[in-house]
Amino acid sequence: MTSHADDSWTLGARRFTSRIIVGTGKYASLDETRAAIAASGAEMVTVALRRVDLASGAPTVLDAIDRSRVLLLPNTAGCYTADEAIRTCHLARELGMDEMIKLEVIGDPKTLFPDNAATVEAARVLVKDGFTVLPYCGDDLITCKRLIDVGCPAVMPLAAPIGSGLGIRNPHVLKIIIDEIHAPVIVDAGVGTASDAAVAMELGATAVLMNTGIAQAKKPVLMAEAMRLAVEAGRKSFLAGRMPMRAYANASSPLVGLIE
Amino acid sequence: MSSTSTPGAAAPATAGTLALTINGEARTVPAGLTIAGLIEHLGLGGKRVAVERNKAIAPRASHATTDLVDGDTLELVTFVGGG
Repeated sequence: MTSHADDSWTLGARRFTSRIIVGTGKYASLDETRAAIAASGAEMVTVALRRVDLASGAPTVLDAIDRSRVLLLPNTAGCYTADEAIRTCHLARELGMDEMIKLEVIGDPKTLFPDNAATVEAARVLVKDGFTVLPYCGDDLITCKRLIDVGCPAVMPLAAPIGSGLGIRNPHVLKIIIDEIHAPVIVDAGVGTASDAAVAMELGATAVLMNTGIAQAKKPVLMAEAMRLAVEAGRKSFLAGRMPMRAYANASSPLVGLIE
Repeated sequence: MSSTSTPGAAAPATAGTLALTINGEARTVPAGLTIAGLIEHLGLGGKRVAVERNKAIAPRASHATTDLVDGDTLELVTFVGGG
């Protein structure tokens, strides 16, 4: 993984300063989407591919995204097989937005947990076809290793189910993945509040991706700002190197010079 | 992406029209339309739309020269908000 003196990070041909990536779903309006993206400071946002609404001539999500500042990351949300995901990526390519794609192959509609095996197979095909694949995957080290082996430049393990807001459910496994995968690890799914994002960054994640955590906050634009600050705080905390945890106390004030 | 279409058999075409399935719905359009013509006809001219015709991607470069045929099934897709 390439890191730089200014703590920016690279993925494919892109260099990012921001370590927060946001989704564009579930907002109340395009105005709110636009404001939340801006408040988050994200330089990359996800979008989905769906049928055009033939009945309405309304503006679409693309109207809420300043593409001179923000990279579009099409996802394959809603795909339950590798073939469906591959087909979706080709449609994204046809729409001219395929610099990077977020691969999702879902295994179960209730949990939205990924079908890790199908994700690896889809990634293998897509990488061969020239896509830069950012795979949403389980918090499973072996899956992450396989994804890197087939050519993904990063992995995106979940912290908790999509849209659950449960936070970093398995920090120990995420830490192992971060330590053992020598490529960007982007925590994706389950971030529900700002402290969750900070925890992910303190574990050493390269970046964090959230959607519902912002969009379903009572004040989404304010939460987007909170997430931005949390990712920055968590990153600085990680770089600062935290103090060790101790079982017992260690006084902060001197033990000598006490008056008697 | 779901590949099931809303069942709704396209009505038999009358002369001068094509019976198509577009985004899962039966639609009748004037005969002689190309894909590009259909996009205009649907009011999507100038919008960023990807087209699948009978389950195969129809590249943008081919839209002006691909004639639609009675019974064609089309998916017109674009980007929407998502996580």
